[in-house]
Amino acid sequence: MTTPSGGIPWRLLRGSASAVAGASWLAVLILVAAVLPVFVTEAANHQDLALRFEEPFGTGHGIAYVLGADSLGRPMLLQLIVGARTSLVVAGLTVAISALAGFAIGVLSGYAGGWLDTVLMRLADILHTVPSLLLALAVLYVLEPSITNLVLVLAITRMPVYLRTARAQTLELRERVFVESSRSLGATNARIMTRDIAPLVAPTIRTLAMLEVANVILAAASLSFLGIGLQRPDVDWGMMVADGRSYLASAWWVTVLPGLAVLATALSASILSNWLRAVEDPTQRGAFLSRSRRPAGAKA
Amino acid sequence: MLTFLLRRLVTSVVTVVGVVVIVFFLARLTGSPANLYLPEGASPERYEQFNREHGFDLPLWEQFVRFLGGVLRLDFGDSIWQQRPALEAAAEAMPPTLLLALIAMTGSLAVAVPLGAAAARRRFRLADRVITLSSLTTASIPDFWFALVGVLFLSIQLGLLPTSGDATVASWVLPVATLMLAPVGVLTQVTRGAMIDALGSGYVQNARARGLSPSRLVYRHALRNAALPLLTVAGDRAAGMVNGAIIVGTVFAFPGIGTLIVGAVLNRDFALIQASIFIVGVAVVLLNILVDLTYALADPRVRIS
Repeated sequence: MTTPSGGIPWRLLRGSASAVAGASWLAVLILVAAVLPVFVTEAANHQDLALRFEEPFGTGHGIAYVLGADSLGRPMLLQLIVGARTSLVVAGLTVAISALAGFAIGVLSGYAGGWLDTVLMRLADILHTVPSLLLALAVLYVLEPSITNLVLVLAITRMPVYLRTARAQTLELRERVFVESSRSLGATNARIMTRDIAPLVAPTIRTLAMLEVANVILAAASLSFLGIGLQRPDVDWGMMVADGRSYLASAWWVTVLPGLAVLATALSASILSNWLRAVEDPTQRGAFLSRSRRPAGAKA
Repeated sequence: MLTFLLRRLVTSVVTVVGVVVIVFFLARLTGSPANLYLPEGASPERYEQFNREHGFDLPLWEQFVRFLGGVLRLDFGDSIWQQRPALEAAAEAMPPTLLLALIAMTGSLAVAVPLGAAAARRRFRLADRVITLSSLTTASIPDFWFALVGVLFLSIQLGLLPTSGDATVASWVLPVATLMLAPVGVLTQVTRGAMIDALGSGYVQNARARGLSPSRLVYRHALRNAALPLLTVAGDRAAGMVNGAIIVGTVFAFPGIGTLIVGAVLNRDFALIQASIFIVGVAVVLLNILVDLTYALADPRVRIS
């Protein structure tokens, strides 16, 4: 289900304007989040009460204040940049950890079967039964708010999706002839799992992980908004929205701007994963790529 | 059918018990809530008395055995915060949340199914592209932010809606819209995908060849088969509405299980946290059984296997 090279077919991007826009936003954001925070963190946390609730799009106080200032006179633009790093790191780590752990445990569970499979699936059911925000709320209140704990809790609540998918595929794959022939040649179980089964499950997990990026960004923002994800001086977009809430009537930008950043990022990730699924699916690909060449007014 | 139902019930009980056990140990990790409930500088004797009264001085295993014994009698102890039986408080908070979720889910399906079907019929044409992009957008809006922006425009600036509570019909508008946001987006995409599959399948092609009208084709033949994946996702999303209820409770002070849970966590009210999660767990499990049953009724293949 991947391209022969196994990579993402970037050259097909130009066929879709929304995918180009999404990819560009994410690329710029990743670049900004990787490079800038080192230089601007200090300025971002600089409080200047004279500039309290400075309105956005004014030019009097330099580029840092172009998006206004918050309740303590901190420049919004720089806060957003520092917050971008946190939001991206949390989302990236969460998706990576939950996908890899769910992948590994799912393949093991499906291949081993028996009591191990039963126990693991029951655990996944339990995790699935408690709504994720509720679980995170209960756990994070116990633990210290920190990026590590936020990532761990999010990764655990997100894992069952990968686990079930990887297990279901493994159950089907382990009965196939090529697995049988590996076994008759004397391959160990570990080798069959890693060499025969895992490579065939991996593409599905990757697609799922792409799909999950947007969900995780939103879930992480919700937790920070509820005030249980992070603590100052760490800052992310969800926390900024919460900060602005008390001043909603007088200073809209403190609430609206960070939320827009979450929206733009989650939307870009969704568009990109949607595009990737369409392009990688052989049954969809042809229709998807030829759609722009269809003569105007032609019937589908 | 009966064995299917019985097996389903047994695994559900195991799941709910698992949830209860895990939550018990999680809650105990926070330590005794004495610090929160006793005035600052209270004497060590007062602390001891508080811990004795609420059983926090016992060894963990003994607390656990007592707790399990209570659960079997559906007794989760008294809520320290609300000063009454925890299960009673949690049970009372459920109806508003259930009603809210029911309205939001019905509304989501009413919007998403026609949109998804329309997009599938016009696959890759302008209408489809607009619907797909809008559904991706609604699913990407952070619900807490949407709620606040809604308050900003509709309540503060235009004065159309109240900012909090559940007293009038108008005060339900924003909470319901907030809960609908993600389900509308996701269900539209699921409908579209399932309809495209169904429209491409042999029996629909056959019906088309027999000269059936396109609308009959879409709504009578294709939509019925698309209903199954839709049902799974809708069930999942309905269970997820507890998450939305927590947000709606926080932003709009909308009464319900969400508000109660946030309060219980902030007040370190173990009994109430446990009772609330128990009730939510039971509700989710019942919902899942209902979805499975509908599935079995709709699809003969599920019944046989």
